[in-house]
Amino acid sequence: MDNLAVGLAIGLGTIGPGIGIGLLVSKGLEAIGRNPEATNKIQTNMILGIAFAEAIAIYALVVALILKFV
Amino acid sequence: MALHISISAEPIAHLAGVPITNSLFTGVIVSLLLLVFALSINIKPEKQLKPKTRFYIFLEMIIEALYNLNVDIAGAAKARVFFPLIATIFIFVICNNWIGLLPGVGTIGFLEKSEPASIVDISPIDQAYAQTHDAATQPATIAPEEHGETMVEPSENALSSEESIPVPSDSAESSHADTTSPEESSAHSGPKFVPFFRAATADLNTTLALALTAMFMVQFYGVKYLGLSYFTKFLNFSNPIFTFVGVLETISEFAKIISFAFRLFGNIFAGEVLLAVISFLIPVIAPLPFLGLEIFVGMIQALVFAMLTLVFINMATISHEEEH
Repeated sequence: MDNLAVGLAIGLGTIGPGIGIGLLVSKGLEAIGRNPEATNKIQTNMILGIAFAEAIAIYALVVALILKFV
Repeated sequence: MALHISISAEPIAHLAGVPITNSLFTGVIVSLLLLVFALSINIKPEKQLKPKTRFYIFLEMIIEALYNLNVDIAGAAKARVFFPLIATIFIFVICNNWIGLLPGVGTIGFLEKSEPASIVDISPIDQAYAQTHDAATQPATIAPEEHGETMVEPSENALSSEESIPVPSDSAESSHADTTSPEESSAHSGPKFVPFFRAATADLNTTLALALTAMFMVQFYGVKYLGLSYFTKFLNFSNPIFTFVGVLETISEFAKIISFAFRLFGNIFAGEVLLAVISFLIPVIAPLPFLGLEIFVGMIQALVFAMLTLVFINMATISHEEEH
């Protein structure tokens, strides 16, 4: 049962961030395609945004690791 | 040996009753190295620096890139004030992230008997003997005391101890002891592997301390630039909506601390777990791309930590009236 909880925690927890990162990168690439001169600025902000979205997945991962190892 | 993962840093020594954990030890070493490095560059007289070496120019390049990033976000005047804090956070975090990827960090260590505060360094043969010996004697008394999380495990232990076959019971014991919770592994009294080094940012205490420092400095600069009117962001009774917003702002300040701490800890610890698992499954070649990934993640997380601190500080120093 514990292992099931671990699997569910990380599996369900990464759905949202996965969608979020996908949206972020797609919009970022669209923006770069429209305005290639602004690549640097867009890329920096995109990576910052990805880090925010990824943090949610990391919370799920921390919960999963705590369930598994503590 | 079996996969060894511990979510918290293990103590490697005790100094006047205070446990010195391996992550604290590594963090101090990194800090000392950075200190010595900074002094050795800075102690030279000004004239000696003028004929710049390539290394010096490389360092300047990094610092200048950081500084330009600060100017982009905070503007030239404020960037000069915030830059030392931001650069310190960036350099400290990136060095601590990367030190965890060095060979030997997390793999060199000693075996600790499960009795608390007794550090015994024993050779593998002794350890194997102790393990089989313990397995033969102890589980008979310990198995009934287990919480009975599964029905199979106690009977399995009892079986292996009754038959007292050294090799299978040994492997079962060690793998079981290493992957279950601390109190369970101590109940099995197998020697526990404790690494000497562990990346400081892979310990929640370090990241929490960094997050508290960063958020304290946010409040500090907020008060420094706006005076006491900074607190009208949190306590504002001129309008019920503003009062409610103030409550939300207060909560979000604490949420930022937790978010900071868990983002860095989670990323770096997850990286260590990933590397450990991959090199456990396929020891050769396969971990290489993941090492590259972890170098990238370590840099990005250091950058994110520093940039978010800067953005929060910058937001705190802009008064509410200025925004509109």
